[in-house]
Amino acid sequence: MTQPIIEMKNIEKHFGSVIALAGVSVNVYPGECHCLLGDNGAGKSTFIKTMSGVHKPTAGEIVFEGKPLDFADPRDAIAAGIATVHQHLAMIPLMSVSRNFFMGNEPIKKIAGLPFFDHEFANRVTMEQMRKMGINLRGPDQAVGTLSGGERQTVAISRAVYLGAKVLILDEPTSALGVRQTSNVLATIDKVRKDGIAVVFITHNVRHAMAVGDRFTVLNRGKTLGTAMRGEITPEELQDLMAGGQELASLEGSLGGTV
Amino acid sequence: MANEQATDERVKEISSFRRALIRPELGGMVGTVAVFTLFALFAWDSGMFAVQGVMNWSIVSAQFMIIAVGACLLMITGEFDLSIGSMIGFAGMMVAVFGVVLAWPMWIAILITFAICIALGALNGWIVVRTGLPSFIVTLAFLFILRGFTIYIPQTLESKTIIGGIRDAAEGDWLGAIFGGKVGRGFFQWLGDMGVIETFQRGTREGQPVVDGIPTLIIWAIVLVIFGHIVLTRTRFGNWIYASGGDAEAARNSGVPVNRVKITMFMFTAFCATVLAVCQVMEFGSAGADRGLLKEFEAIIAVVIGGALLTGGYGSVLGAALGALIFGVVQQGLFFAGVESSLFRVFLGIILLAAVILNTYIRRIITGER
Repeated sequence: MTQPIIEMKNIEKHFGSVIALAGVSVNVYPGECHCLLGDNGAGKSTFIKTMSGVHKPTAGEIVFEGKPLDFADPRDAIAAGIATVHQHLAMIPLMSVSRNFFMGNEPIKKIAGLPFFDHEFANRVTMEQMRKMGINLRGPDQAVGTLSGGERQTVAISRAVYLGAKVLILDEPTSALGVRQTSNVLATIDKVRKDGIAVVFITHNVRHAMAVGDRFTVLNRGKTLGTAMRGEITPEELQDLMAGGQELASLEGSLGGTV
Repeated sequence: MANEQATDERVKEISSFRRALIRPELGGMVGTVAVFTLFALFAWDSGMFAVQGVMNWSIVSAQFMIIAVGACLLMITGEFDLSIGSMIGFAGMMVAVFGVVLAWPMWIAILITFAICIALGALNGWIVVRTGLPSFIVTLAFLFILRGFTIYIPQTLESKTIIGGIRDAAEGDWLGAIFGGKVGRGFFQWLGDMGVIETFQRGTREGQPVVDGIPTLIIWAIVLVIFGHIVLTRTRFGNWIYASGGDAEAARNSGVPVNRVKITMFMFTAFCATVLAVCQVMEFGSAGADRGLLKEFEAIIAVVIGGALLTGGYGSVLGAALGALIFGVVQQGLFFAGVESSLFRVFLGIILLAAVILNTYIRRIITGER
């Protein structure tokens, strides 16, 4: 395999007396979908926030494109090409798709020396990108509020990709979605990966992870329980790792293997 | 998949006519047509639509428009300013204090007043952004603080609450003329000479037209509306205004400087209030401690009639301008129609309610909120 685009080496993060991350090492290659699994409280959020520059690690090293990284704030990470798509805080429902798409990065056209929002360009690009992702808009001025949850995630993902993301962190993009919408988002992830972008896919749904993941890392109580390649691990094993083994096994017996 | 062009069967086609109709300003447009139709039917002979009458309600509407533009952009940013009315009184008093009591040149007095008021707007915004308190509360505090100073300062300096003599002090001042002058005098004189509009038949102004020019107040209103509309819809900053009000957290995640946008809008609102205040003192020739009372609510009503959402993120400057026009026409029209003036409030309440119901319905169609 080629060089990993981002390497997280022995990352530790302490909040006062609480050890949220106790030495987590993960690396991500371009064009792969690396699934980060873990139950609530496993440290997934802390880990991706460290990766995206929100938190500074207490100890450990981040190597991005072969160089050690030291982000002062999330904007540095975004500028470097690490984009995070949050589950809820990505789109503004009252605004049109094209206004959302270019929010914070509005294209400018000079008219008589004055900078104006280039709506024509924004609308054209938005329609192109949406068509590429398989979303048919009525028009670029359609409000995001009229889109379904899955479509909103897809808009957010394609926005991050268009704006030059090299590493795309998806924070539980499927957790609030229905079956159909989930498969749309997973299909989007697949497309993005094929464009050579490294995807970090956070989820606690093993089936969603198995559907698109190339490698799987399970976090539990602030530690990695190991990384597995696709085909090396069964969904049952992943599920057990996530829940910390034992308890779920006994629970599963009483539920007839449906979890 | 990439070339899939088929449309989703659940996305209903919307006719272009309906699409043209579905705009945030629709409530304001319907209201404007309704109000004009009503007064055309019941007050046509009253002189309301003669030159003098038109000028009369145009001036009143323009006053509302100037503050509505600021209030509108601020509301879309997700904030309120309840200190607009007090700011109008305060700014007028500052002009009087600097220009009359201290007898500084009027243009210096006006510029200093603008600087002070915009700084106060920035302070409002800064407190809101830093404390995270609702702007409703912060600016309510400033409503009282500024009104208090507006009464205290002239009482301490001059032992009265009205300071006059501003017109004399502003005589021949270039900046004073920009706020209190009239444009198109020659044109109106020509119209009078041609008999298009009436002229005075006797007295000292014999031969002069009854309307001798367009007050710069109206020019200010038009310029501010156009400026506000262009900034909101055609610039990067306008997108930030929508984003800051729509969801500040999502906007921050995308790199929008939300705090800067909000503070700037508080400053712009203060600027608009000061424009109106200076125009008023130039017109009346005096500054009174009770000027601008309740203006903050009138501005907010005009903005809401114009289709803006009270919680921010959605609205239109043109709509707010129409709201202000409705406000002015109704207020003056009832007078022309000879209707008891207290009914103005009843009428306004009904229009407000009807426009807001219509706007809520339109907005649901546009934004898909349920």
